Amino acid sequence: MYNKSLKQLSTSLQNKDISSVELSQYFLDRIKRYDGELNSVITLNEEAALQAAAQADKIIHAGNAGPLTGIPLLHKDIFCTEGLRTSCGSKMLDNFIAPYSATAVNKLTQAGTVMLGKTNMDEFAMGSSNETSFYGAVKNPWDLQTVPGGSSGGSAAAVAARLAPLASGTDTGGSIRQPAAFCGITGIKPTYGSVSRYGMIAFASSLDQAGAMAKSAEDAAYMLQAMSGFDEKDSTSVDRPVADLVSGLGDSIKGLTVGLPKEFFGAELDADMRDKVEAAVDTIKSAGASIKEISLPNINLSVPAYYVVAPAECSANLSRFDGVRFGHRCDSPKDLEDLYKRSRGEGFGDEVKRRIMMGAYVLSAGYYDAYYKKAQQVRRLIKQDFVNAFKEVDIIASATAPSVAFTAGDKTDDPVSMYLSDIFTIGVNLAGLPGMSVPCGYINKMPVGLQLIGNYYDESRLLNVAHQYQQLTDWHTHVPTGFEE
Amino acid sequence: MSIQSEDVLKIAHLARLGIDEDQVASYASDLSKIMGMVEQMNQTDTTGIEPMAHPLDQMQRLRSDRVTEGNERELLQQNSAHVEDGLFLVPRVID
Repeated sequence: MYNKSLKQLSTSLQNKDISSVELSQYFLDRIKRYDGELNSVITLNEEAALQAAAQADKIIHAGNAGPLTGIPLLHKDIFCTEGLRTSCGSKMLDNFIAPYSATAVNKLTQAGTVMLGKTNMDEFAMGSSNETSFYGAVKNPWDLQTVPGGSSGGSAAAVAARLAPLASGTDTGGSIRQPAAFCGITGIKPTYGSVSRYGMIAFASSLDQAGAMAKSAEDAAYMLQAMSGFDEKDSTSVDRPVADLVSGLGDSIKGLTVGLPKEFFGAELDADMRDKVEAAVDTIKSAGASIKEISLPNINLSVPAYYVVAPAECSANLSRFDGVRFGHRCDSPKDLEDLYKRSRGEGFGDEVKRRIMMGAYVLSAGYYDAYYKKAQQVRRLIKQDFVNAFKEVDIIASATAPSVAFTAGDKTDDPVSMYLSDIFTIGVNLAGLPGMSVPCGYINKMPVGLQLIGNYYDESRLLNVAHQYQQLTDWHTHVPTGFEE
Repeated sequence: MSIQSEDVLKIAHLARLGIDEDQVASYASDLSKIMGMVEQMNQTDTTGIEPMAHPLDQMQRLRSDRVTEGNERELLQQNSAHVEDGLFLVPRVID
């Protein structure tokens, strides 16, 4: 049951082989059985989930079911969920009950999904290993000593361990793709503006984008389709019709050109990693695609530019946490400044503090031009590199991350080395392009991710290339040892 | 760019962020390393390049000026323990 595709689950539900209540209880039981060691879920939503499942069963019985009706899923705890704690992985919001739901959550609820709970994450989505959560680190189900990646590490670990068929994620610098790679699952971040940011707790508003995490590209396509769409409540939402992401799955990719950026295959790329990615590219080639070397000459500046833009936006966004209206409030403040400083000092963890200070620094008087303006100029150069590349190719392929999942604690004392684990993913966010990660093999028994990057609004082709790859390989069907029962 | 302890104290104050005194030196060291990495940007000449604030270069949409939300004061104030008569309570700021 746990390894069935979304289509198979949907068919079972509609044929009444199983009810949504039974299916939801089945995955709730898996969470209870396995999550003690993984720590991928912060808040379980059992009672409300079973009620929603019963509602879905009525819809199925009435013959009005869609592909997602009655399908259980988990939401990253960055999405506001009405009446349910929404912590964003932070002590700051440990007591926060969202008064409304995010648009992405509402859309998935309207599509009939059943929310089983909220997944663990790096605090305020700031991290690449899921070690900065107030609720403790998440473990990678492929090896409990290693990290699941971040910041959507709880969602990735949960889908990998088959605790839910689907989970939502958000990706500001790689936070869907890198954990998907580390946990051997499929994750897609669409074009900036495709999924509403309304009710999604903001980290860096010009980079944040929600997306889907699932076992396969096909499952992710159904989920992303349901999440996407214009929302007037998000001023950066793109006003264009939602593309059909599903019916093109299965189209031939003959004649497609895949670009390999030479900067992503340089001497610093680990030889084993190179082998796995090249083998995956060969598989795509065998389906009729041609391969072309391309260049993204400014891509080496993506991590430096990102660590100006993202902290600057974070320091502005997180100024709303003042200890007054919601969130953590310190005891017995002596004056207003003490209230602000101690509430924020107690409520935020170390990495969040570092980024707020970085942001305050680069935006402070005298430094704005040297850092923030410079980073925005570099950002344009990086975007232009991608625009030029997509004049020659349809899809870009690379490794998702420079290594497989690393050991917990390995990078916590060295923020820069942690930041560099997003070296291949960050450029995509700066440019606003869609990107995904699909599993493509193992190094030392740990999953490797293949990153595929599409042109603006070309998610349909992107998902189909991933789907075609998954027709020729079975990595995405593998379940980590210890979670097969 | 090396960030000193005094810089850390200054920016923490600007951000109204309480930090432990015994961590100031380690924040200074971390932020200096991060700034060192950030300064790789200076390798590239960006003279004349238009800064990019939005990935799709879109303008902020304008909406018509009409009421779309009702008054949900009580619902929204449920997340604060320090509310009285519909007002948020803060330490006295005027004597």
